[in-house]
Amino acid sequence: MTASAPRPVLEARDLHTYYGGAHILVDLSFVLNDGEVVVLLGRNGAGKTTTMKSVMGLVRMRAGTVHLEGADITGREPHVIARAGMGYVPEDRRIFGDLTVMENLEVGRQPERPDAPVWTPERLFGMFPNLAEMRTRQAGRMSGGEQQMLTVARTLMGNPRVLLLDEPSEGLAPVIVDQMAATIQALKAEGLSILLSEQNLHFATAVSDRAYIVEKGRIRYEGTMDALADDAEVRNTYLTV
Amino acid sequence: MGEFVVTLLTGLSSAAALFLVASGLSIIFGVTRIVNFAHGSFYMLGAYIGVSAVHAVGGGAIGFWIAILIAAAAVGLIGVAMEVLLLRRIYRAPELFQLIATFGVILVIQDITLWIWGSEDLVGPRAPGFTGAVTILGQRLPEYDLVLIAVSPLVLAGLWLLFNRTRWGTLVRAATLDRQMVSALGVNQRWLFTGVLFLGSALAGLGGAIQLPKGGADLLMDFNIIAAAFVVVVVGGMGSIGGAFLAAMLIGLLQTFGIQIFPNSTLILMFLVMAVVLIFRPWGLLGQPEIPGHGVVEAPEAPLRPADRGLRIVGAAVLAVLLLLPVAHLIVPSLVGDFSLVLVIEIMIFVLFAAALHFIMGPGGMVSFGHAAFFGGGAYAAALLVKFAEAPMEIAFWAAPAGAALLAILFGWFCVRLTGVYFAMLTLAFAQIAWSIVFQWGEVTGGDDGILGTWPSDWASSRIAYYYMTVGFVVAGLLALRRILFAPFGYTLRAGRDSPLRAAAIGIDLKRHQWVAFTISGAFAGLAGALFVYSKGSVFPTAMEIARSFDALLMVLLGGVHSLTGPIVGATALTWLNDLFSELSYWRFLLGATIIGLVLLLPNGLVGLGETGFGRRLGAAPDREVPA
Ligand SMILES: Nc1ncnc2c1ncn2[C@@H]1O[C@H](COP(=O)(O)OP(=O)(O)OP(=O)(O)O)[C@@H](O)[C@H]1O
Ligand SMILES: [Mg+2]
Repeated sequence: MTASAPRPVLEARDLHTYYGGAHILVDLSFVLNDGEVVVLLGRNGAGKTTTMKSVMGLVRMRAGTVHLEGADITGREPHVIARAGMGYVPEDRRIFGDLTVMENLEVGRQPERPDAPVWTPERLFGMFPNLAEMRTRQAGRMSGGEQQMLTVARTLMGNPRVLLLDEPSEGLAPVIVDQMAATIQALKAEGLSILLSEQNLHFATAVSDRAYIVEKGRIRYEGTMDALADDAEVRNTYLTV
Repeated sequence: MGEFVVTLLTGLSSAAALFLVASGLSIIFGVTRIVNFAHGSFYMLGAYIGVSAVHAVGGGAIGFWIAILIAAAAVGLIGVAMEVLLLRRIYRAPELFQLIATFGVILVIQDITLWIWGSEDLVGPRAPGFTGAVTILGQRLPEYDLVLIAVSPLVLAGLWLLFNRTRWGTLVRAATLDRQMVSALGVNQRWLFTGVLFLGSALAGLGGAIQLPKGGADLLMDFNIIAAAFVVVVVGGMGSIGGAFLAAMLIGLLQTFGIQIFPNSTLILMFLVMAVVLIFRPWGLLGQPEIPGHGVVEAPEAPLRPADRGLRIVGAAVLAVLLLLPVAHLIVPSLVGDFSLVLVIEIMIFVLFAAALHFIMGPGGMVSFGHAAFFGGGAYAAALLVKFAEAPMEIAFWAAPAGAALLAILFGWFCVRLTGVYFAMLTLAFAQIAWSIVFQWGEVTGGDDGILGTWPSDWASSRIAYYYMTVGFVVAGLLALRRILFAPFGYTLRAGRDSPLRAAAIGIDLKRHQWVAFTISGAFAGLAGALFVYSKGSVFPTAMEIARSFDALLMVLLGGVHSLTGPIVGATALTWLNDLFSELSYWRFLLGATIIGLVLLLPNGLVGLGETGFGRRLGAAPDREVPA
C-alpha cells in the first residue's frame, strides 16, 4: 500500500515441517513486506499454526529458510529469533496464569530497538484500557477476551518489528473482535509488519492487505484482499464461508 | 508442658535441613522438569565440604558461618557444572533419560566423596556461640536448635522475595508454567536453568552444611534424605515452596513426637500423614495438578508388536544357550565355571524384576521409583515364612508373589490416584517406608542383620537344579507378562496411557486397570525376590533399598521403555556391568561414569544404538516439537 517498492521484512522459503512421520508443511513459501498486514487463511488443521511455529523456531523444520530483515534466522532458537525482532502471539494465548498482569508484561519486556516502536506498560494500558484496571489481577482469573489482550500486550513488550498473530479473533465476542481489529490497525499505523492467521474471512478482510490461502500445508492462493473478494471460486474451494 | 514445648522446638529444628533440600528439589523440578535424583548427593556434599571449609577457614564466630556459606556456594557450583556439562546436552532427550543421567551423578559423587573424605563418619564442627543449651520451662534445648528453627522461615522469606520481587524470579515462575512461551518471548532459558540449578543445589548444600553441628557427615546421607525430601515435596505439593515449608515442619514434628509415642514406628506415622493428605489433596497441601503439555513433548510411542520371526528365532537361540549352559559347565568346567551359573542366575532374576517394572512403565505409562519394595517384599515374605513357620520352599515361593501383590494393592491404591512425577515420587516414598520397617523392626526382620537360612529344598539345592528352576520361572514369568499385554487388558492399559481422557470417555475405569497392573507387576517383582532370596540363602534390607529400585529403573530405561525386549537387554547389560565392576575399587564411579557416558554419547538411548539392528523395532526417533 505504500508508494515505494515493497521491502520484504520476513521471507519464508520452501518450508518443510514434519510431526513424526506426518509431512505437515510442504514447500511452503510466503513474503511479508514492510508495513504490511498479511493473512494466512485456511481451515482447521491447514497448517497455519505450524507455519508460525516453524518461523518462530518453536518447531524444527526439516528444510527451508527463514529471513528476518535480510538476516538468516533458519533453525535459530526461539529466544534468538524473538530478540531479532519477531513477536509471537500464540493462538491458545498461553498467558502465565499464576502471574499478575504486570508480571506477565514483565516477562515479555526486552530492550528497546531503534527500528521498532517502543512499548511500556503505560502505553499498552492506553491501548488496552481494561488491562489498566487489573494490573495486579492474576492472569488466570481474567476473561478470555482480557487474556487475548494481555497476550498481545505481553508480546509487544518485546518491542518487535514483526508480529506473528495466530488467530487473534478465535473464540472472542463480537465486540472484542472489533476491538482486536482496531488494535491491529493501530499497530500497523505504528509501523509494525504483521502476519496474521485466520479462519474468519470477514475479520481478515477488515485488517489485511494481502492473503495466502493454506491447505494441507501448501500455499494454494496468493493475492490482495480485493482480488480474493472477487474470486468466489477460490473462497468456496478453500475456505469455510 | 515443658517437655511438649521442647519436643515441638526440636521438631521444628529438625525440619530445617529437610525444608532446604525439598525446596531446592522443588525449584529445580519446577523449571527444568527434571527430578534431580542427585539432590541427596548435593546435601551430602554440603556436609562434607562444610567440614573441610570449617577446617580451612577456622571455626571462629564468623568463620563458621562463612564456611557454611562457602559450602552452599560450592555445591551450587557443582549443580551448575552438572547442568552445563551434562543436563544441557540432553534437554531434548526424553525426560526419563535425564533421570538416568542424574542417577549416574549419584554414583560418581558417592565414590568421589569416599575417595576425598574416606569412609569414616565425620563429626560435625560445633557452631561457636551456640554450643550450650537453653532451659525452657525446665527442659533443656541445645542453643543450635534455635538457630535451625530460625533458618527455615528466613530462607522461606528470602525465596519469596527472590521469586516475587525480582525480574529473575518472575521469569523463573513464568518458566515453571510454560517455558516454551518464555523463550518465545526472548528469554534465554539456558541462563534461567543454570541459575535455578545453582539456587536449588546451593539450598541442598546449605541444608547439609547447616545440620553439621547436629548430624555430622556420613556416606549414607544422600539416600537417607532423598526419600524424606520426596515425601515432603509430595505432601507439600510439587513446585510449591510454601508447601515444602509446611510439609517439612509437619514431618519434622511428626518425627520428634512420634519417637516419644511410638519409638520404632516414626516412618509409619509419616506414611499415615502422607496417605491422609493424598486422599484429601492428591496434589499436596499447596500444590496444583500436573498440567501435561506446554513445552514437554514426549515422542509418540510406536505400537507394541507381537514378536516377529526374527525375534522368535533370537529368543529361541538365547533359551537354547541358557538350557545348554549347565551341560557346558559339566563338560568344560574350566571354561564355564560355577560363577558363570551364579551370574546367569542373577541376571535372570533381574531380567524378571526389570520386566515387571517395565510392565507398568512402558505399556502402563507409570514410572515407579520404588519397585524394590515389591522385590524385597517378596523376598521378605518368603524369608519370614521360613523363619517363623519353617515353611518349605514350595510354599514360600507362592507366598512371595502373594505378599508382594498385597503390598502392591496397598501402595497402588494411593499411587494410581496420581500421575507422572507425583506417582513416581510416591512410589519411592512408599518403598522407603517399607525399607525402614524392615530395617527398624529388628525383632521380626532381623533389621540390618537380615534373615539367614533360606535355602532351597533338597531337590533344588544343587546349583544346576536351582539354575534350571530360575530359568523356568523367569521364562514363564516373561511369557505371562507378555501374554497379559496382548490380551484385552493390555490393550486397555496402553489406550489409557496414550489417551486417558478418551479412555475415560468410552467408559474405561483407567485407575482400576492401573491398580490391577500395578499389582500384577508387584507380584512378578515379588517372584523375582523369592528367586533372589533362595539363590543367596539370606535376605537383607538392601533388597529393598533405593539403590535397588534405581537399578531396576536404569535397566528398563537403558534397555528401552518402548519395547518388550528392552528390560531384558537392559537387565542383562547392567547386571553384567555391575558384576564386572564390582571387583574393582571405586566401581560406583566407573558405573556412574559409564552411565553418564552412555547418556551423552547416545542421547536416544540404546534405542539409538539399536537403529542399526536390534532396536529397529523400537521405531526411529521422530521429529519432535523442540522442547525449547
Ligand atoms: N504436536 C503435533 N503433533 C502431531 N500433529 C500435529 C501437532 N500439531 C498439529 N498437528 C497436525 O498438523 C496439522 C496442522 O496443524 P496446525 O495446528 O498447523 O493447523 P491450523 O491451520 O493452525 O489449524 P487451526 O485453524 O485449527 O488452528 C494438523 O493436521 C494437525 O493435526
Ligand atoms: Mg492454528
